[in-house]
Amino acid sequence: MEIKEIQEEIIDEFSFFDDWMQRYEHMISLGKSLPLIDEQNKTDEYLIKGCQSKVWVFPEFKDGKVYFTADSDAIITKGIVALLLRVFSNQTPQDILNADTSFIDVIGLKEHLSPTRANGLVSMIKQLKMYALAYQSQLN
Amino acid sequence: MMTENKSTPFDVESIRKDFPILSRKVNGYPLVYLDNAATSQKPLAVIDALVDYYSNYNANIHRGVHTLSQEATDAYEQAREKIRVHFNVRQSKEIIFTSGTTHAINLVASGFRSILQKGDEVIVSTLEHHSNIVPWQMLCESTGAVLKVLPINQEGELEMNEFSRMVSPKTKLVVVNHISNALGTINPIEEIIKITHNAGAAVLIDGAQACAHIKPDLQALDVDFYTCSAHKMCGPTGVGILFGKEEWLSKLPPYQGGGEMIKEVTYEKTTYADLPHKFEAGTPNIAGGIAYGVALDYLNKIGFDKIAQYENQLLQYATEQLLEIEGLRIFGTGKNKTSVISFNIQGIHPYDIGTIVDKLGIAVRTGHHCAQPLMDFYNIPGTVRASFAFYNTFHEIDVLIKAVKKAKQMLT
Ligand SMILES: Cc1ncc(COP(=O)(O)O)c(C=O)c1O
Repeated sequence: MEIKEIQEEIIDEFSFFDDWMQRYEHMISLGKSLPLIDEQNKTDEYLIKGCQSKVWVFPEFKDGKVYFTADSDAIITKGIVALLLRVFSNQTPQDILNADTSFIDVIGLKEHLSPTRANGLVSMIKQLKMYALAYQSQLN
Repeated sequence: MMTENKSTPFDVESIRKDFPILSRKVNGYPLVYLDNAATSQKPLAVIDALVDYYSNYNANIHRGVHTLSQEATDAYEQAREKIRVHFNVRQSKEIIFTSGTTHAINLVASGFRSILQKGDEVIVSTLEHHSNIVPWQMLCESTGAVLKVLPINQEGELEMNEFSRMVSPKTKLVVVNHISNALGTINPIEEIIKITHNAGAAVLIDGAQACAHIKPDLQALDVDFYTCSAHKMCGPTGVGILFGKEEWLSKLPPYQGGGEMIKEVTYEKTTYADLPHKFEAGTPNIAGGIAYGVALDYLNKIGFDKIAQYENQLLQYATEQLLEIEGLRIFGTGKNKTSVISFNIQGIHPYDIGTIVDKLGIAVRTGHHCAQPLMDFYNIPGTVRASFAFYNTFHEIDVLIKAVKKAKQMLT
């Protein structure tokens, strides 16, 4: 699926919830389906250090597409990581570079992507794009 | 003289009316502010003092002959006098206005560069805030002095037997907080000061946390340096004090050069102003200093005895209630504690708990609390910290407990 379609799907999914608690519960359960990073890849190289929670992201490039696996020590952060990877993983480097994250605002989770939040997510998105950029330049 | 008014009963509902912010809502719920160890809220009297200064007599101090400057100078110096009385300091020139505790500690640490020699020892404790660690590390790096770390036990109390063994003729400085911001432990500073003085060394006590709960008598303590931040005790941000004994303050070189701190300036030589101005270069936080005095008046009118007694009840109640939650562990279980509770729930990251309870209008701090070595000691990434002030209520603790239970249910 294209990134835009996936984002629409997520927005649709979240529109069924009336309050923050249901949104959070859904996000937390999505965290449980996150494609988990292999334990052996949980090294400093793939660690993004937020001040409060940690995020690991591991990229792979196969048949022109980038695949990510990840994990976080905080379950809410992990839920957001799962949402982001649903959008960013299994995509071409160019599509990843073109994608934005405004769908996170639309589903009411905006505060988690604030640069002052110190959960590592803003750095993670930057990192996803860096990986995409690196693979993109391999293609050219 | 300010005297503690012992006749008024402690009425938390009327006290809460003094704090405008306490009636706001957060995420649709009434604010429950339990991050008082980070900064306290401000009563209207303090907010009014700031507005009054800027509305009616804003002027630079110690310089102008004009009326406004005189009024501002008088108000600022009156605040210094209130602070002197509050802390029972002998002379007002032993009180240096700073931007807060961090500034005060750096001032002393920087001054000791000209005093310490290679091989001298500085003792800090495992309980310290980064601002009472890093300046001393920098001092040791630049002088070749050695930084020694006083250990704690599992309860989060200083190992006093170990301390007696660590102090030696090489010890030049001992720096410890009065109360730990991360755990709430009240440290036996009287004993620390005695032992250190017997060894001929100086003591700096970081009182940033303590001053909101305790009224320290600095002469009785016989401490060499004591620091404090106004913003943790109902005053504004960006102002605080360094108390130093005159003999020490005259020994230390100035920290910053500039206006206000000089007697005479020529390009050949500058002579420095007398205490306290020698350490007060530049235009200070005038409104903040004045409002700090008002904050002290406010707290003294309620009375520190009553504040401590009430906060202790809150602490006992919250501790009992929290411990009923299965899997919850409190860090900092010493006998002598103020109203700070650091905790974790087994298998749940503190950040997750903080995020959920915030959604329910509750402000707690999560993370390492600027005390990473202490978190390393317990081998945890951080804790959730609820810290109570005299304007918190038992009902708010009930709200917290309910929210933590809800968070636990959502997160497991
Ligand atoms: C024990 C302790 N020391 C020092 C500080 C630093 O104070 P400030 O940031 O006001 O300079 C704090 C504040 O969190 C503290 O709790």
